[in-house]
Amino acid sequence: MTTRTFTVEAGLIHLFTEAIGDTNPVHHDRDEAVDAGFDDVLAPPTFAQASAHFDPNYPGRPTHGEPWIGSGKSATGTPPAILSGGTEMHAEQHFEYHLPMTAGQKLTIETANGESWEKQSKRAGTLHFSERIHTYRNADGERVLTIREVGVRTERSVESDVEGRDQ
Amino acid sequence: MSTAAPTWSVGDRHSEVLVENLTRTQIVMYAGASGDFSPIHTDGVYATEVAGYPSVFAHGMLTMALTSTMLTDWLGAGSLRTYGGRFLNQVWPGDTLSATAEVVAYRPHTADSDGQSDSTGEVDLEISTTNQDGTEVFRATATARVVA
Repeated sequence: MTTRTFTVEAGLIHLFTEAIGDTNPVHHDRDEAVDAGFDDVLAPPTFAQASAHFDPNYPGRPTHGEPWIGSGKSATGTPPAILSGGTEMHAEQHFEYHLPMTAGQKLTIETANGESWEKQSKRAGTLHFSERIHTYRNADGERVLTIREVGVRTERSVESDVEGRDQ
Repeated sequence: MSTAAPTWSVGDRHSEVLVENLTRTQIVMYAGASGDFSPIHTDGVYATEVAGYPSVFAHGMLTMALTSTMLTDWLGAGSLRTYGGRFLNQVWPGDTLSATAEVVAYRPHTADSDGQSDSTGEVDLEISTTNQDGTEVFRATATARVVA
């Protein structure tokens, strides 16, 4: 199990809700949020994804001074040997909300591995599924949010049916 | 003590267009806000030439977020108790997404300790998000606290 911290910030909630088109003022204006009964600007339901910004080991973000998988002078910045045809994809996401997540909270995120399993797909080859459980707690140790995340690694690139639903 | 008929019924449905003609820029905005800069979402050269896709495609979590906004606009910010789903098909630049949520269970809040019934309850929802071709891209369930 790994543990990291995530401070919920109003500015990041604003950027996140701009990106998803959520104009509800409780996500943008502290006074509106307080009037609606929240302690501060309210995070929208999937905001916890943005904690990736503060995860030092998050693979979906270039690390300064290190090669990045994306294009520059060539179509990829990493040697072809590292690449396989497959793709790491997100298969499922499940949120359980215990308390409102609001700006100013200093949260601790515990991440534990869950189940893992395999499935065969005609188009994508063997699908490797794995589950991770993230528990977000506030400064008092109370659970704010629990996330069950299911990832899938495919043998080949696919345009659909990451679930192997073509079986 | 109110005896008004419940305003929530099994079979109630709510539908909305979530996004019309999804732009690459919105996908990049989501990458910047969420922190997921994976080049299959942000880098057309990589997505086509290296990963073998027709173009970049949207983060599944962008679709899940767009769908959640429909739910909270309808049911109220902070009303969700659970929200979970599966990403069934990819969402591409130019796609128009629509979602439908259907009430599959309604539980009025039972009387509390002093015998007074409050005006809240819970609904269970089944949600389906589809693209302009009617292909389902995301399927979810949710439970929300609602005002009766």
